[in-house]
Amino acid sequence: MGGEAITARGVGKRFQLHHKRATSLKERLLLARSSSSEDFWALRDVDLAVGQAETVGLIGPNGSGKSTLLKVLAGILAPTKGEVEVRGRIASLLELGAGFSGELTGRENVYLNASILGLTRREIDRQFDSIVDFAELEPFIDNQVKHYSSGMYVRLGFAVAAHVDPDVLLVDEVLAVGDEAFAAKCLAKVAEFQAQGRTILFVTHGLDQVSQVCDRAVVLNQGRVLFDGEPAEAVSKLRAFLGTSEDPAAGLGGDGLLEIVDAHVIDPAAGGEQLDFHVGDKLAIDVIVKGRAEAPAADLRLVVTGPADYPMFLMESPPGVVPAGGAVHTVRFLLPAFPSLQGLFSLSVALIRSGGKDVLDARRFGERIRVYGPATHGFQLVDFETELLPPEDRP
Amino acid sequence: MVTLLADGERGEARMASAADARALAQTRVRWELLANLVRKDLKVKYKNSALGFAWSLANPLLYLAVFSIVFSGFLLRGGVPRFAVYLMSGLLVWNFFATATMGATGAVTGSANLVKKVRFPRIVLPLASVGFAGVHFVLQLGVLFVVLVPLHRTAFGAQLWLAVPALAVAVAFTVGMSLLASSLNVRFRDVEHLLEVALLAWFWLTPIVYPVALVKERLGELFWLYMANPMATVVVAMQRAIYADAAPIGKDGVAVPVLADGGYAFYLRWLGITGLVSLGLIAIGLFTFRRLEADFAEEL
Repeated sequence: MGGEAITARGVGKRFQLHHKRATSLKERLLLARSSSSEDFWALRDVDLAVGQAETVGLIGPNGSGKSTLLKVLAGILAPTKGEVEVRGRIASLLELGAGFSGELTGRENVYLNASILGLTRREIDRQFDSIVDFAELEPFIDNQVKHYSSGMYVRLGFAVAAHVDPDVLLVDEVLAVGDEAFAAKCLAKVAEFQAQGRTILFVTHGLDQVSQVCDRAVVLNQGRVLFDGEPAEAVSKLRAFLGTSEDPAAGLGGDGLLEIVDAHVIDPAAGGEQLDFHVGDKLAIDVIVKGRAEAPAADLRLVVTGPADYPMFLMESPPGVVPAGGAVHTVRFLLPAFPSLQGLFSLSVALIRSGGKDVLDARRFGERIRVYGPATHGFQLVDFETELLPPEDRP
Repeated sequence: MVTLLADGERGEARMASAADARALAQTRVRWELLANLVRKDLKVKYKNSALGFAWSLANPLLYLAVFSIVFSGFLLRGGVPRFAVYLMSGLLVWNFFATATMGATGAVTGSANLVKKVRFPRIVLPLASVGFAGVHFVLQLGVLFVVLVPLHRTAFGAQLWLAVPALAVAVAFTVGMSLLASSLNVRFRDVEHLLEVALLAWFWLTPIVYPVALVKERLGELFWLYMANPMATVVVAMQRAIYADAAPIGKDGVAVPVLADGGYAFYLRWLGITGLVSLGLIAIGLFTFRRLEADFAEEL
């Protein structure tokens, strides 16, 4: 036997982005000739081999194809190209409690859900007490699930999925569910699976978790595998890539050929540097770059980060925006309208060799944009309104 | 040492095949899962309902009341003797077909959350709808037979055996339609609306409320065209099995032609043809379902 629990060879996944999606026969006929569909490759040429009993973390920026890859491996999405092979029973924790029926009791849902996940009645009978015990729902197990709190719902979902007795566990950012105590319990369960020699592949944004839990980590970006190897190295690669590293220039191969000198946030109307903006304001970010004579052409990547350096959005320049050669260049990123996000934002800027992957320089500029919204209650990350709804007549 | 290695290898190989078997359990259709889904649908439908299953008798009884009034004198002269028995012998199997097909059409689209997040054999979704309708059908049929004991003893003759092939064909045809409709509906939501209208027309093209003998008399040579409707074949065979009399004696002492034929050959021949058509439909349905299944998670 090969020994690989998960094998993906040259996997590509294409989605068709229909600007107007045909969901009926009429529309399909009408739209048949118009070229309003656009191909989007969520995964490209992904090769992945995960050995038995290995724990692999899957990390990358939002939209890099992590969840798509998990769904392809779980057999939920079919790959457009390439092939996927997974040995053994898969438990995919993509969403906890998917398929619970609100009208049924917790007990009935456990039996139904476990049955959907591939367990026989005898197996469920054997595991039932342990599931209820794990979910800490003993007093409520015969209540209808629609009366459960969202925490109870998710706990029961995890408990069932964790008792499927999987050979391969695919986890998508669900370990952060429930309260802290339960999250710790979930992590303990994952550790138990590891000790039992099961194969685990999980997507996470908790980069610290990766080094703690994983044997290996894979960095995905724009559907491609950017790096596959040591977790610590993977994390620092991703941080450098996002420009959110604490010591950004660490481990970069730029040799000072090209460096980021400064970044200014400017109000294009007034012309000067400015800190305070409102949602929807026009705003420009000037990045000043200095290159030596032998400096290569480079691309700029700018991440606007929120509290705890959490990436809010990413802007990538067209390739080769910084021309080769020694000079001081200023690259302007112009936002016609700042998105509906409020708070104090920092900038992380990275210079990437054009056509390559190596980061030439990266710098973080703390607290450069302060955005106010229409809300009157201080900073709220997003815009929203509250409204008091009339009381519902519920028995 | 060598034997030890071989043992270890065998152990590993056994583990691998066990793992493969467990993987198969997640993609193969399991009766237990099917039964659980049917049970869930029944539970959800009758939860918090005092009369529970009794409600499923309401629909056929309502039809009986309405059509009895309509056909009692002013539409059909003389009418069909023992109209209630005639109606029920065709209506129940039609209802099975119609509710199963309609239910299956929305089965995949209605379980979008499950389909998008969990790996399981999706084909159980339309099959569960057939099972759900099947449970009701069996129970309704049970009630009908209990009522027939005092009302229509002739039903319990040798001709009742005809119900066996008729039901087999009905199930096969329904499964085929369900597979086709449920998968096509994911791509084209029109299917649901189209089918709703089509089933209404289909109902009247099937001899459920009017005597098939009338159609045979009017169409003459072209009667085969009418019988090409698979549900007509099934319904006519069920009527022969339960209603039994081809031309019962009416109120005025004259025989009223009701059924198409008083023998068996006619029914068996048509059931054979429809059976083959149904198997073909299952093949097409399976093929279509398997083809479209891969994209379900994207289309929903």
